[in-house]
Amino acid sequence: MEKSPDLARRRLLGAVAAAPLLWPALGRAQPARPATRAIPSSGEAVPRVGLGSWITFNVGNDRVARDARAEVMRAFFLAGGRLIDSSPMYGSSQEVIGYALKKLGRPANLFAADKVWISDGAEGRAQIERSRRLWGIPRFDLVQVHNLLSWQAHLPTLFAMKAANQLRYVGITTSHGRRHDEMAQIMASQPIDFVQLSYNLFDREAEQRLLPLARERGIAVIVNRPFQQGALLRRLGRHPLPPWAAEIDCRSWAQFVLKFIISHPAVTCAIPATTRVDHVRENMGAATGRLPDQAMRARMAAWVDRR
Amino acid sequence: MSEWWTYGPRDLLMFSQQTYYRLFELYNLELWPLQILALGLGAAVLALGWRGGDRAGRAIAAILAVCWLWVAWGFHWQRYASINVAAGYFALAFVVQALLLLWLGAGRGRLTPLPATRLQQRAGLGLLLFALLLFPLMGPLLGRSWTQAEVFGMVPDPTALATLGVLLLAGGRPAWALFPIPVAWCLLSGTTLWAMESTDFAVVPFAALLAVLLAVGGALMKRSSR
Repeated sequence: MEKSPDLARRRLLGAVAAAPLLWPALGRAQPARPATRAIPSSGEAVPRVGLGSWITFNVGNDRVARDARAEVMRAFFLAGGRLIDSSPMYGSSQEVIGYALKKLGRPANLFAADKVWISDGAEGRAQIERSRRLWGIPRFDLVQVHNLLSWQAHLPTLFAMKAANQLRYVGITTSHGRRHDEMAQIMASQPIDFVQLSYNLFDREAEQRLLPLARERGIAVIVNRPFQQGALLRRLGRHPLPPWAAEIDCRSWAQFVLKFIISHPAVTCAIPATTRVDHVRENMGAATGRLPDQAMRARMAAWVDRR
Repeated sequence: MSEWWTYGPRDLLMFSQQTYYRLFELYNLELWPLQILALGLGAAVLALGWRGGDRAGRAIAAILAVCWLWVAWGFHWQRYASINVAAGYFALAFVVQALLLLWLGAGRGRLTPLPATRLQQRAGLGLLLFALLLFPLMGPLLGRSWTQAEVFGMVPDPTALATLGVLLLAGGRPAWALFPIPVAWCLLSGTTLWAMESTDFAVVPFAALLAVLLAVGGALMKRSSR
């Protein structure tokens, strides 16, 4: 898909129009814009840090918690974030995202990523439609087959929807390092735009095959579980941040971990999930400043391996 | 999702501890003072269990069935389902338990308080008292808010534990079909709490397994004494 200048202009105007809604404190300095990376199949640039919603946005009907998540999304958009990822498997997360988008005003440059998660391939379209209504958006930018469930049945549906302009990109997901063989097979044989997988400093298996394959096939990569649900940060938090982390503008372990992930040449973006405004700002900060080069990445991995 | 067996409870947990206990808080605040009525029903179960007799057993079964039905509807279906995609199945299991209680307990008189051993009687009453009085205090004692208290007849854990207490009291002629759903719930609840890193995760499964051991032990002792 080619990037249209009209589309880009519309997005820019939309972002400008939405800014007062998102940035009520006039005169306050806006944070640095996050670095972006192009989606190989279209050239469209997306910020290298997105927002996940697993667990964190599943707050049910709790109005206070919904408003708190809306503030997280406000901070995310203000920091230049665009891509938000969810799934029908995530309980009330889609509905909570929809609530926040309605409350904040939907930014024109929102990149809405969701999944299809149902065994019966014939039910895929209906599930995507239910998800779309929960988000309250005209269409999804990206729909992925969640954990490869019934991918043989869902991918033809998603490709047909893409051809009909009902979504813009098609993807597949896995997590926890599962089913990499099958994922590689799909990447090699199907014209997908995105893959989503787990990759972090402690779990670098994807570097062996999936990430090189994604580069070779021109497939964008979204990295989930960057903090292993917080376990990775708790483990690293026992140590002080090495002084040389300042060379890549790291101010926290979260940024250390995210900078390692997003600096991989095949990775398009990481999608950390959080319930806190200060954490979303910190996460977005990882996409600003200097990023590690190959030598620094090796140093980071070696440091972690010694712990 | 395929390869379910490769996922641990923590991989499958869909919500945070904060969200889980907040569910109880909102539920309690919304339905107050229904908790007093529920505790009144619990006190009636205790009094009937203490008094004994066939009619008491049938009345206990009817009260418990109402509680299981309410928890199925008011908690699982109406509230827990908003954060847990499996809650609909939990609601169904609770309805099945309510029907079993009505059939075996209220209909066929299989919940008549008739403990097989003194130990069973004490444990049954102890478990009932624990479910009714101590369980709601456990959260606040561990630092959670009073508004998040888990009350018999309102939420699943104390309702399941009280039912197991009643089953122990009726242990002279155990209705084994009434055990699986409360025990399975207690194990599942303990697993959920463990996955959430809740400090009291072991309490409910431990109490349930103790009830099963005492029920089986009582039945074996009764058989050997024949």
